[in-house]
Amino acid sequence: MTEITPGSHDQGDAPPPGSPGASPNVGPVRDSVADLPAGAPTGAVRAADEAPSAVVGARRPLDIGQDIDLPAGTGAATVGTSTLLGLPSTRQAVQPAFDDHHPPDPALIGDCVHCGFCLPTCPTYVLWGEEMDSPRGRIYLMKEALEGEPLDDSMVRHFDQCLGCMACVTACPSGVQYDKLIEATRPQIERRYQRSRAEKFYRDLIYNLFPYPRRLRALRGPLRAYQASRLGSLLTRTGLMSKLPGPLMAMESLAPKLGPVERVPERTPAAGQRRAVVGLLAGCVQGTFFPDVNAATVRVLAAEGCDVITPRRQGCCGALPGHGGREEQALDFAKRTIETFEQAGVDYVVVNAAGCGSNIKEYGHQLRDEPEWAERAEALARKSRDISEFIVEMGPVAERHPLPMTVAYQDACHLAHAQGIREEPRKLLRGIPGVELKQIAEAELCCGSAGTYNMLQPEPARELGERKAAAVLATGADLMVTANPGCWMQVATTLARMGKRMPVAHTVQVLDASIRGVPVEDLLERALTGPGTALARAATSDG
Amino acid sequence: MTTTAGTTTAGTTTAGTAVAEPVRSDRTAALADRLRRAVGTERVLTDRTQVRTYECDGLANFKVTPAIVVLAESRQHVVDTVRLCAEAGVPFVARGSGTGLSGGALPSADGVLLVLSRLRTLSPVDADNRQVTVEPGVINLWVTRDAAPHDLAYAPDPSSQLVCSIGGNVAENAGGAHCLKYGFTVNHVLGAEVVLPDGEVVHLGGRAPEHPGYDLLGAFIGSEGTLGVATELTLRLIRVPEAVQTMLVGYSSVEDAAGTVSDIIAAGILPAAVEMMDALAIEAAEAAVSCGYPEGAVAVLVIELDGPRVEVEAQFAQVEEIARARNAFETRIAADDAERALMWKGRKSAFAAVGRISPSYFVQDGVIPRTKLPEVLTEMKRMADEKGLRVANVFHAGDGNLHPLVLFDDAVEGQAHEAEELAGDILELCVTSGGSITGEHGVGSEKRMKMAKQFTPEDLDTMQLLRCAFDPDGIANPGKVFPTPRLCGERPGVRKGEHPVQAAGLGEVF
Repeated sequence: MTEITPGSHDQGDAPPPGSPGASPNVGPVRDSVADLPAGAPTGAVRAADEAPSAVVGARRPLDIGQDIDLPAGTGAATVGTSTLLGLPSTRQAVQPAFDDHHPPDPALIGDCVHCGFCLPTCPTYVLWGEEMDSPRGRIYLMKEALEGEPLDDSMVRHFDQCLGCMACVTACPSGVQYDKLIEATRPQIERRYQRSRAEKFYRDLIYNLFPYPRRLRALRGPLRAYQASRLGSLLTRTGLMSKLPGPLMAMESLAPKLGPVERVPERTPAAGQRRAVVGLLAGCVQGTFFPDVNAATVRVLAAEGCDVITPRRQGCCGALPGHGGREEQALDFAKRTIETFEQAGVDYVVVNAAGCGSNIKEYGHQLRDEPEWAERAEALARKSRDISEFIVEMGPVAERHPLPMTVAYQDACHLAHAQGIREEPRKLLRGIPGVELKQIAEAELCCGSAGTYNMLQPEPARELGERKAAAVLATGADLMVTANPGCWMQVATTLARMGKRMPVAHTVQVLDASIRGVPVEDLLERALTGPGTALARAATSDG
Repeated sequence: MTTTAGTTTAGTTTAGTAVAEPVRSDRTAALADRLRRAVGTERVLTDRTQVRTYECDGLANFKVTPAIVVLAESRQHVVDTVRLCAEAGVPFVARGSGTGLSGGALPSADGVLLVLSRLRTLSPVDADNRQVTVEPGVINLWVTRDAAPHDLAYAPDPSSQLVCSIGGNVAENAGGAHCLKYGFTVNHVLGAEVVLPDGEVVHLGGRAPEHPGYDLLGAFIGSEGTLGVATELTLRLIRVPEAVQTMLVGYSSVEDAAGTVSDIIAAGILPAAVEMMDALAIEAAEAAVSCGYPEGAVAVLVIELDGPRVEVEAQFAQVEEIARARNAFETRIAADDAERALMWKGRKSAFAAVGRISPSYFVQDGVIPRTKLPEVLTEMKRMADEKGLRVANVFHAGDGNLHPLVLFDDAVEGQAHEAEELAGDILELCVTSGGSITGEHGVGSEKRMKMAKQFTPEDLDTMQLLRCAFDPDGIANPGKVFPTPRLCGERPGVRKGEHPVQAAGLGEVF
């Protein structure tokens, strides 16, 4: 029967466990997707009070033991709270918001019809459910700014909170080039908006360290010594770790296990008949923390019939500072990379880090203003290929030996969304006898690494990392495979923090093992404990 | 540290300009303070930059900046917000994903926008009773995703199903491609927990399939947020049909395509969906998702049959025969789920895809008797030619629900106005052809003036009586649905004497 009865809104409104009001920390770690809230891709709130008996007959499902935690930090990103770990607001209002040097293009903004199809794939919208932290909302903010609204703290915060994962570019039916829009916005912020001293310090630290392989290498020694000592565990145990400023804490926790560097020769001849001469972009983070990946890339390329040139004097391609809005630094790096590979005289430039690959493919656009560079930039962009894209394009010839195992392939955003490369790595993995691919739930959602994001915005990055780690674990796969050092570190360290361990490898390491006939146990063992893997320190800095 | 929203960031700027104080009046400033205390500072937005992103929903040419945005996370937040609004006499507008196409979630200036996108819990599916209870911010497609392991599905499937919320679907009585066979949202909601405009929580309907007495739930669904805010909905799930078959048919004329639709229904076949797209819509969809529709087609039909395998197979052959008799030049049958998905992808992305072939466009939504399709389309073409504009057509042909997309270039002086006029004329054409001004998008802000074309003043007054029974102070989504916003008890200017309903002793002025 139909009834209207008074409600029970007087029965109290206790904040649900795990909500920001209840606990500032991350909610309990979930073991599998089965334990995730029924409302899956999002966090959810438990109904706070009891139902009246008005409903016909049955008990309300909400009464039946549903206990869902709100993701920590819900609301944290909203109104005033600065997400940069208590760094003070600067109270600026820059007007006009943008200068004339490549502001976001109004024509590209006009392509957005406000349909909202981007919302469900945007990591920050998934976390917080608010318009200004969605692609549609951020485009709206750009429009506001072009119409005369100032570039103020809250506008900057919502742009900063964008991971740049470009899942929205994939989702958009109108073909809005959000990538171009956000990449035009970030340098405006860096140029015109004065960050607080503390935030500027962290940003300078990050951008003066990571894109410089030599500085990174110099850090390897002390870092290995630190890892060998038990200082990290001591800091954690004594609670001192949690006293470190957030970005430092994040950097500390992300550093992967370092091993001896396997030197990649400057020139490696093709095995058998030569099919192409390719240059390898060694990368900064990839080369320093994951040298195994470069070595594997060279072996695979050689086995597939390529002469591989790995120029000695190469540095960062500009992806890291570019994605952070440091335009000048990024363009300098781009020019040096162009020169390096021009001199190397190669047919192709092969990249094994997704973020770098997508950046190099944008060189033409980035250097469009400089006549002496534009054409050369475009030429290099045309030659550039992701390793998986390249091998599929060439057609693999080297014999694959069996690797009987299940693999969860994690799409790197800069590979899947920014470069549209989804099928190629899967095709290569499926081409190995014995490999069975497992589907990861919410595959389109970023893991939270996003270049420097997990250092600059550690809280949302951690939530996204836990979501991804839980989804990866739920596949029950023997090995997680990814194509980007950032994703690797992010998921591996999240798993370690959750007290879980899982072997992780780059696509090309699996191909290498298969071509060389490495036994599957050896591959899995090295992927679990070898260089690049997370340090097992379950008692965590956030615990 | 926390920068409390609303404490404006008036400070140093490079150009020396301070940020404007966003709160418009003392009344809303005081309300914002009370709301912060009730639901938490971080859930109440008044910062101008932030609230401006809520200026419009999926209909971006209507914009109003709300004074306050509340991001509710529980029913209690909704209750508190609505009650405080009622006390202060401040209007409120509920909003889900903000994808509506009639401006139903257009904020009230000097009012509160109550955002429900964080209310997104789905309770476990009750497979035995084929039901599920969800919060209003839950996305339409999540319901089917959760139901799928039980071989169940949620039938209403608007094209925006991967992003639109159930709360919004209920407000607008959303349809979708498959409502020809399965009906609209109103046929799939069993019960609703509703916060009335005074903050009281009531339950409409329940979990049983039918209820005696007045169908208040039926009245609530499609009321566009003017009767209250749903905080929980119990939905009916359907069994996933044993067999589904989809075909894509290409035609050289609109008449043949439309004739096929009528012939199918006349043959006693009730397809799950019959969708039609014209040449312009096909061009847009191809540009967006490369759906590979038949080349050179003036119109295509996507026809889907579902049900018991034997029945589907027999009827599918029959439909093929009917299409052939109507000069179909190409008939493709989806071999598997991937092919079917591609056929649907073209159709479902058509609206947004039109953005690729035109700088701007209006999405219109009207209904005509199915048999009038060819003549209405011909007339529509004539009207468009007269104004020098183009109209792309996408529609649920099975139930005569048209979605003309009026293309224009807003950079051309006056063209937006011309397009708006044409969109309006098309609706009047629908009414004069014996149809209605909306099939599934709702009236919202956009079509409220057209309500007077469809209904007599007496009809509208009768509806007002219902609205006033729920919302005597007119604070729930005011300015929507009705052509002239009117307070309860206020006599409309056009009518003299007693209200006919009142005179008949059937109602009273509230």
